[in-house]
Amino acid sequence: MSTSSADGDHGRHGDRRDDTAPYGSHATDGAVAPAPQRTGERVAEPARTGGLTATAWNEDSGSWMSQAWKTTEWTGSTQPTWQDDRPIYDRGETVCVIGAGASGLVAIKNLREQGFSVDCFERETNIGGVWNWRHSRSPIYASTHLISSKPFTQFPDFPMPDDWPDYPSHGHVNEYLARYSDHFGLREHIWFGTEVSAVEPAGDGRWHVTTRPSGGGAERVARYAAVVVANGHNWSPKLPAYEGMDEFGGEMIHSSSYKESATLRGRKVLVVGGGNSGCDIAVEGAMHAAVCWHSVRRGYWYAPKFVFGRPADQVNDGISALRLPLRVRQWLLARTLRLAVGDLTRYGLAKPDHRVYETHPIVNSQLLYQIGHGGLRPVREVARFDRDGVELVSGERLEPDLVIFATGYLPRFEFLGSEVLDADADGRPQLYMHAFARRFPSLAIAGMVQPDSGVFPIVHWQTVAIARWLRLREADPQRAADFWQKVATAPDRRWTHAKVKSSTRHWFEINHVVYLRALQRMLGDLEPVR
Amino acid sequence: MSAATSTRVMRSKEWSRPVRPVRREVVLAQTIEEEPRPPILFVPGYAHAAWVFEEHWLEHAAARGFPAYAMSLRGHGRSGTARGPSDLRAYVHDVVQVAATMPRQAVLVGHGAGALVVAHALARYPARAGVLLAPVFGGWRTFGTALLRNPIGTVPAIFGGRLRLRRGQLFGPNLHTSAAKVYLGRLGGASRQAQWQLLAQPAPESPVGDPPVLVAGSPDDRIVPRSSLNKVAARYGGAPLLFPGMGHDMMLDAGWAEPIDAIIDWLSKGER
Repeated sequence: MSTSSADGDHGRHGDRRDDTAPYGSHATDGAVAPAPQRTGERVAEPARTGGLTATAWNEDSGSWMSQAWKTTEWTGSTQPTWQDDRPIYDRGETVCVIGAGASGLVAIKNLREQGFSVDCFERETNIGGVWNWRHSRSPIYASTHLISSKPFTQFPDFPMPDDWPDYPSHGHVNEYLARYSDHFGLREHIWFGTEVSAVEPAGDGRWHVTTRPSGGGAERVARYAAVVVANGHNWSPKLPAYEGMDEFGGEMIHSSSYKESATLRGRKVLVVGGGNSGCDIAVEGAMHAAVCWHSVRRGYWYAPKFVFGRPADQVNDGISALRLPLRVRQWLLARTLRLAVGDLTRYGLAKPDHRVYETHPIVNSQLLYQIGHGGLRPVREVARFDRDGVELVSGERLEPDLVIFATGYLPRFEFLGSEVLDADADGRPQLYMHAFARRFPSLAIAGMVQPDSGVFPIVHWQTVAIARWLRLREADPQRAADFWQKVATAPDRRWTHAKVKSSTRHWFEINHVVYLRALQRMLGDLEPVR
Repeated sequence: MSAATSTRVMRSKEWSRPVRPVRREVVLAQTIEEEPRPPILFVPGYAHAAWVFEEHWLEHAAARGFPAYAMSLRGHGRSGTARGPSDLRAYVHDVVQVAATMPRQAVLVGHGAGALVVAHALARYPARAGVLLAPVFGGWRTFGTALLRNPIGTVPAIFGGRLRLRRGQLFGPNLHTSAAKVYLGRLGGASRQAQWQLLAQPAPESPVGDPPVLVAGSPDDRIVPRSSLNKVAARYGGAPLLFPGMGHDMMLDAGWAEPIDAIIDWLSKGER
């Protein structure tokens, strides 16, 4: 692997301490060096050596930069072997990671920590995945904010700076991922602007990975010892099908293409979907649109972001730590919400048709406020569309000129055969702990979970487990076989306490406490040999 | 390394009651080299602050190509104080926070009780390497030694007062008296919770990321008995590196260059 000298560290290092350099003493606020992500300094992204040079607009640095697609040999690899008239480059014990978003980055870091060499392929020209809102597939909108507070959002071994707010913005998260990559030197293992088009079992437990430049170009195939898929599951929009949608004269978009509140200004907007994005956009609609309706199918629980002056998830985990029976916790939380939020039906919302913890939590402090100020009108489910408007199940008619479907996303793995992931008839992959492909010990998926908390800590421990598992396979085949016996035969279960509503939205729903306790046990089984 | 404690995933207290933020003093000696080596973060012990490393070691390390940082724990030096307890957990938080703001994966060097803080921090941050200098891991034996050697300075600490250290405990005979006097005058104090926690607290968990750990000290240290030094070194799978004739405060004592050179040699060897 070529290690280009342009990993951006030096430029930054040089001028981030202008005030103190070369030697000085000062007291700083919380974050000692909020390493300024002046991305302009990262001009030479991953300038690979040799080969064709394509020029790509690096939106982050705002400059033209060279993105070279390396056509020369990988250093250290032997001549390719030929199979079906195509050359296959053997990458030995290297592990392939697909995607350089949060899950991919943490996978690289934890695999490297277990001593693996890693090739990561990223279709965009920068890290960050969905959190880099310049990426074409990013669902981020200008006002995106986190619904989990810092302790649940950060990687457990790389905390976010103390002087960031309780709930960081999407810009913070993107900066955090950049700092994480620089700190652990991850960029040098990433092939930017490279798309994975196929991942096929090679037959001997290894994998053939076909890649091509994102802008188009020749494909190449390499053989890897293992593959960790981290392509995310919040980028392929799931659109509902209502009768008469084709006739509707107004504009219809999915929330993934919603970027800024200017889109809403002065318009009659209908937001469909009661998830967190739906609620956020509805709140924006209340502030900017001429009229805003919010259509939800059922009554939900709305958790405020702060209760008793503290982030609500921290209070909730304080309750979880007591290890009380589920029913008692549900009662406690329902009481807390009743106290902090009050009676939802007063706002014209439906009464929740389920207990707390049974659906993915909706965290929004502003929704009820906006309803109470008349800017937002909650309405029932959509029944059908026609040329001029929408009819609701209640029989009411609305005439919006913009409909935003905040109806979520579906996971997509175009490069993998459905038999590899054991997908059921609906396309839901049947993986052990949402991570391990039962029939392919050297394939794992990172980050395909939807926790009632932040994803980063969970995907961190997932990838530690994956790395330890791959290491154990080499180091101790006997223990590895025992472990895999468990994985292959374990019944499919949900990692939640409560009985979660079944819908594609809750395919990957997990309770972070239940899931992390299970991961803790798994990590114990995979404890490295000394 | 002890394999007894396995990876700890569940941290309910960290999640539901995070440590309060605080302003922290960080001192940096920058290198002039093009390709900087991994940064070193020096963590002083209780009552000590960033200045103890600023005195000699920072510039020495920087001159040898390692960007060198020294920090002060909360309530020490020019770092601030926050509401809520300034206990061991808060100190560990401070170290991990500073480590995570380094441009690259850092080496953590802890001295005295700062070595205990670093040992805990190693379980929370995958350091490039760890160095535990004259480590005070606490326990009744350390307390007994202190009580015997310095009863007047130690007894108040039992009742939550400040632990007062004497010249003979910190420095060898070769340090000039006037220098020793100045240094003693600059000492501060740790919080009473943190002082009490030295008597009994859960042993540090295994480091994450399996970093190499070096334990070093002096056989003539009047605070850390030789047996404790050996015990800590054994815990990390080795024997301690010894600097005879030096007192506890190796970074200030006469002959300060020897330990820092040895540490940097050890780091350079690992760098390959």
